Amino acid sequence: MFASLSERLQEVFASIGRESRLTPEAVETALREIRMALLEADVNFKVVKAFVDRVRDRAVDREVLDSLTPTQQVVAIVRDELRALLGDGPTGLSVSSQRPQVVLLLGLQGAGKTTTTVKLAHWLKQQGRHPIVVSTDVRRPAAIEQLSVLASDAGVRVHESSADTAVVARAEGAVTTGREMGFDVVLVDTAGRLHIDDDLMAELEAIKSSLAPSDLLYVADAMTGQDAIKSAGEFNRRLDISGVVLSKMDGDARGGAALSVVSVVGVPVTFIGDGERIEDLQPFHPDRLVSRMLGMGDVLSLVEKAEQAVSQEDAARLEKRIRRNQLTLQDMRDQLASVSKMGPLEKLTELIPGMNQTASQLPDGAEVNPRALKQTMAIIDSMTRRERTHHQIIDGSRRRRIARGSGTTVQEVNRLLKQFMDMRKMLRAVGGVSRSRRKKGGRRRLPTGMRFPMG
Amino acid sequence: MPAETLDALEELLIEADVGVAATNRLIEAVRGRADDGDLRALVRDELLALLEARPASPSPDVSPRVVLVVGVNGTGKTTTVGRLARLLTSEGKQPVICAADTFRAAAVEQLEVWAGRVNADFIRATTGSDPAAVVFDAVSSGKAKGRDVVLVDTAGRLHTRANLMAELDKIRRVAGRVVAGAPHETLLVLDATVGQNGLPQARAFLETAGVTGIVLTKLDGTAKGGIAVAITAELGVPIRYVGVGEQIDDLLPFSAEDYVDALFEPVW
Ligand SMILES: Nc1nc2c(ncn2[C@@H]2O[C@H](COP(=O)(O)OP(=O)(O)OP(=O)(O)O)[C@@H](O)[C@H]2O)c(=O)[nH]1
Ligand SMILES: Nc1nc2c(ncn2[C@@H]2O[C@H](COP(=O)(O)OP(=O)(O)OP(=O)(O)O)[C@@H](O)[C@H]2O)c(=O)[nH]1
Ligand SMILES: [Mg+2]
Ligand SMILES: [Mg+2]
Repeated sequence: MFASLSERLQEVFASIGRESRLTPEAVETALREIRMALLEADVNFKVVKAFVDRVRDRAVDREVLDSLTPTQQVVAIVRDELRALLGDGPTGLSVSSQRPQVVLLLGLQGAGKTTTTVKLAHWLKQQGRHPIVVSTDVRRPAAIEQLSVLASDAGVRVHESSADTAVVARAEGAVTTGREMGFDVVLVDTAGRLHIDDDLMAELEAIKSSLAPSDLLYVADAMTGQDAIKSAGEFNRRLDISGVVLSKMDGDARGGAALSVVSVVGVPVTFIGDGERIEDLQPFHPDRLVSRMLGMGDVLSLVEKAEQAVSQEDAARLEKRIRRNQLTLQDMRDQLASVSKMGPLEKLTELIPGMNQTASQLPDGAEVNPRALKQTMAIIDSMTRRERTHHQIIDGSRRRRIARGSGTTVQEVNRLLKQFMDMRKMLRAVGGVSRSRRKKGGRRRLPTGMRFPMG
Repeated sequence: MPAETLDALEELLIEADVGVAATNRLIEAVRGRADDGDLRALVRDELLALLEARPASPSPDVSPRVVLVVGVNGTGKTTTVGRLARLLTSEGKQPVICAADTFRAAAVEQLEVWAGRVNADFIRATTGSDPAAVVFDAVSSGKAKGRDVVLVDTAGRLHTRANLMAELDKIRRVAGRVVAGAPHETLLVLDATVGQNGLPQARAFLETAGVTGIVLTKLDGTAKGGIAVAITAELGVPIRYVGVGEQIDDLLPFSAEDYVDALFEPVW
């Protein structure tokens, strides 16, 4: 798997020697690593070229060269530049007075349009809106049925047309129904198509000109490589897309294609999809993509997930502990208790840097198994208060006692402790990164301190 | 030979998603021989040697042969099963199509349409049921009826989901219990637009599902699917078929020559 960019830079600078000052040659070595890491993250090679030049200009500055923490300095520059490339575009849907507001979902085959259509409807319902969805995919086998099944699972209204209804008429029918029945958003799913398929691109143009949608969301697979700018670019040229939905972000792709699309095509990412379930859609946070690309894991998302289940003060306390590297087993216990409210632990561990592998080493299915969760809590519950706050004191005989007390084995206790220490280590690595730069764009409910991992 | 040409070649390979490591290896392999002639021809030869030196499709003398089709979400697995069935029927073989995607909405109905198009036996389960159970039924039925091949469509799954990957292992064990050595072929369906994530995908599916070949779909777009080159180089898994459209005849046996020529063709 990819070593994180911050780790790589650390290595580069370590091999050069800590004592000596940073030389322009050392910067070049670092830049090579940066280039490689960005290419491995699927950032378009032209974007990478320009990017590396910009970082070079800033990195050869006296201040950086003379600094005692060149790694942090360079990582900070990279992070700033990535962040700048992603911009502060609007996320979510546009605010429109159109009633019903029409949203068109489009993109390449298999990108995730149909799933996203229903996810978006679900998200809108949670915002108090009244969405109706319609399929215009008369080509892919069972595409219409797929949308219907998903929508009915989500309790979302579907506009059905007779089998021989033409594409544009289907969408128009949904808008009419929406207007008559008081739905305020119509979400139009379209068939997947190639950007070089002139006829099918023209079909989208026809839908667009008939419905005048407020939003044209281009659904892009987060795993896309160098081709991303060609396809997104052409969709944008012909249809003037308003936003990108980055799907399948629940995997381990770095999502660098998003960076290329935003910077080359100039369209903001508005949502990300992070799972196959209907709830798995979130408004986009550029900071999180940046830390993901740098390999720092998505600590912010983690904190926010925790926050949804834990009270504000608890979350703030946790964040402070993470920052000071004072995370204790007791905190872990508290978190796990709220995890049960949060959904699969697997998701959560994926968000923590370095935890991904740990999760996959668990026995079959353990990562989504509430029993495993209970077991972990039982282990912590069998510890004394002092053990929970000072894990260093848990020696062999204490481990045996804890295992007995929790009805587990010493190996299981060991595994938990290792997991905990890995988590601390990773969180420390993230916390060590400069936090000098203040930035906006972090949202709403987060207590101010919580933005810290991004600086 | 001017360094500029090497740079241009490097760019071409990177832009085709071959990836930094595999690109560097290819470039290094020809760097010293720059005087021998056209650099591009040298790289072409390297690529051909790599892509052609591949293990043949396992074709044991058993019936039915079981082919498992796996991959991450949305790559073209179901469509590929439909098209593979067509290739088989056009050779006069009788396939059984097994719908083991019991998870995604309307996945079974989608495959059923394909099965109807080629007139193949279709074994389905209800959504939400155990995929291994339907595989058992399909392989047993294929065996009882003396069919040639059982094509198993599976649900898309990200390679990072340990429990879903374990499900594939279970499917394999169940198939092997009915017919010795099954599944005889496990095809990883890769979307040609995929970037560097294709490699960890292949690694994970190779490890847990014993992938024996790659189907590279959506080559009718502008993506080149170069990560498949890196996969063959690093993991030794050969490309078996390419998908070049959404229609029933849009699956072709892989030709290294055609692929490499397309790789060098100017990008759209
Ligand atoms: N893991 C994961 N899978 C996703 C996500 N979004 C969609 N999928 C899956 O990706 C596959 C394709 O999704 P669809 O919604 O059918 O894609 P589409 O763009 O409508 O496909 P076509 O209509 O054939 O072009 C399905 O298996 C979905 O369950 C996501 O965010 N994460
Ligand atoms: N252009 C093009 N489209 C393809 C090709 N192969 C498949 N598709 C399309 O890609 C989309 C996804 O194909 P599926 O066969 O449903 O993919 P899948 O891997 O079964 O998807 P899940 O089961 O949801 O994971 C559909 O719209 C197909 O028509 C190909 O070779 N070229
Ligand atoms: Mg669809
Ligand atoms: Mg499928």
